[in-house]
Amino acid sequence: MMAAMYPRQLARPLSVLALLLVLGAAGPAAAELRIDITRGVAEPLPIAITDFAGLTEAESRFGRDISLVVAADLERSGLFRRIDSRAFIQTAQASNNLPRFGDWRTINAQALVQGRVRMIADGRLRVEFRLWDVFAEQQMSGIAYQTVPNAWRRVGHMIADTVYKRITGESGYFDSRLVYIAESGPQNRRIKRLAIMDQDGENHHFLTDGAELVLTPRFSPTLQEIIYLSYFGNLPRVYIFNLDTGRQEVLGEFPGMTFAPRFSPDGKKVIMSMAKDGNSEIYNMDLRTHVTKRLTHHSAIDTSPSYSPDGKRITFNSDRGGTQQLYVMGSDGRDVRRVSHGKGRYATPVWSPRGDLIAFTKMRKGRFFIGVMRPDGSGERLLAEDYLVEAPTWAPNGRVLMFFRQQPTRADGGGGGSRLYSIDLTGHNEREMITPLDASDPAWSSLIP
Amino acid sequence: MRFKILGLFAVVALIAACETAPDESATASGAGTSLTGRLGADSARSKNTAALSGSQEDLVANVGDRVFFEFDRYSIKPEARQTLVTQAAWMKKFPSLTFTIEGHCDERGTREYNLALGERRANSVKDYLVALGVNPNRLRTLSYGKERPVALGSNEQAWSQNRRAVTVVGAAGS
Repeated sequence: MMAAMYPRQLARPLSVLALLLVLGAAGPAAAELRIDITRGVAEPLPIAITDFAGLTEAESRFGRDISLVVAADLERSGLFRRIDSRAFIQTAQASNNLPRFGDWRTINAQALVQGRVRMIADGRLRVEFRLWDVFAEQQMSGIAYQTVPNAWRRVGHMIADTVYKRITGESGYFDSRLVYIAESGPQNRRIKRLAIMDQDGENHHFLTDGAELVLTPRFSPTLQEIIYLSYFGNLPRVYIFNLDTGRQEVLGEFPGMTFAPRFSPDGKKVIMSMAKDGNSEIYNMDLRTHVTKRLTHHSAIDTSPSYSPDGKRITFNSDRGGTQQLYVMGSDGRDVRRVSHGKGRYATPVWSPRGDLIAFTKMRKGRFFIGVMRPDGSGERLLAEDYLVEAPTWAPNGRVLMFFRQQPTRADGGGGGSRLYSIDLTGHNEREMITPLDASDPAWSSLIP
Repeated sequence: MRFKILGLFAVVALIAACETAPDESATASGAGTSLTGRLGADSARSKNTAALSGSQEDLVANVGDRVFFEFDRYSIKPEARQTLVTQAAWMKKFPSLTFTIEGHCDERGTREYNLALGERRANSVKDYLVALGVNPNRLRTLSYGKERPVALGSNEQAWSQNRRAVTVVGAAGS
């Protein structure tokens, strides 16, 4: 429908083939190296990550760059502390030999990541890595990846995910992407653009040119599409951006504004709000048949719907009780139950991909909070607070959240900037996500398929 | 200051007289309009001879293009009623015109909820105008939520001006 202005060759993540590397016999797994991430980690695990070895200059450069991606991912998680390579005693690794564990113990490395890079005959890159438990003197993991050289960053993220999973027991989240709204210009005429990037801020692309106001983008489960609100033609409606083709298409013709869209976990449906005669209700739409079904029936505002990961329930935001609160209902719209009961107003509920928690924005006494609660409303915990924090989104493993924080605006129009932040579910390790422009409405993808 | 207010009364009375609006319009308007609305209308008055009859400028200068809302509310406030009475009468004078009513919110809410709230505010105004006899087919609503503040600043004075519904002649485009 609308013209694409989009680097198509970079639209989709490049595929990577992964092969398990079995090296030697696995020894006894008694006191295995492990981080328990369910409690706030006081002391990050010291890990040594060597430059991946190459035989040629090009291979060595890929090797160094990949190890930097691995290190940055792990360090950003707050669970690992990268040991400065200047402290390394063993700098070069003789090809397939075991590491000199004594050298690594001396500098207190508990885990060691080594790897090597080869350009293979068909022009592809073969990257091998091994994760070692330094004190047990055991290999914990070993995988070889083959891919086109352009996908070297993805390989780094996949290695980081493997290390994370092997040591924490939880699946990783580094091989994933973010879509968000890039903001620029004065507050009263803000220019907003769809933008996409890797989870670490790299491979950043603007998907729209700012001619239309766009809001609240979210990924499909396959990461092939982004669903969002656009004011194209001054008609605020839900659109789908196809990352394969660069095309933006309106979801359908509706008698009122459609907004607050999200995909169902199986990607077959869209759930959203539609405002008719001023009344916002929640609908779903089957993407194949285009049949819509109304799920809420109330004169109050019903919006911000989000499916549970099994698709059986929906959490949403309503002011039917007098103020904004969180509700849960069946995916057929039945059994509506209010779940938030604390003081203040609650908004933007988002079901964790693990299913165990709902993240939300809370407003109370002029302050905004990001928090989580169990789907029955119990166990509320607030993770971040400020003048304005909003729109939590879950990392694919349900252990990290991202949200945006907006500064107050001064009367002269200054201030008002907004930025993305990630924070651990424990409330620790809050970090700013660096973006080229101001940023809001982040949405984290699932792991790249 | 007193002179300006008296001047505005005169303008309002003049309009009210020429469009045969309900009687209360002349008496309620000056007292009910907000300070900013009064100053805005007053400063625009010098230009209103230049404003094309039936234009947005005409609406802003001689009628008032907006009404304001309480925090998280969408009911028409008593002081907004008079503006809408005057708007409805003005709309009837130009039966070929269509209008977009834009609903807006302050920044002290979440984005999606504010889109819904802005839609409600725009519809409250639409319903009020329809009740005053304006053909609903001439009125379209458009919510901007908190996306288009008119007053900058993170304080109640700015927020109170941003919680608004603005009547725009023709298609929207703010």
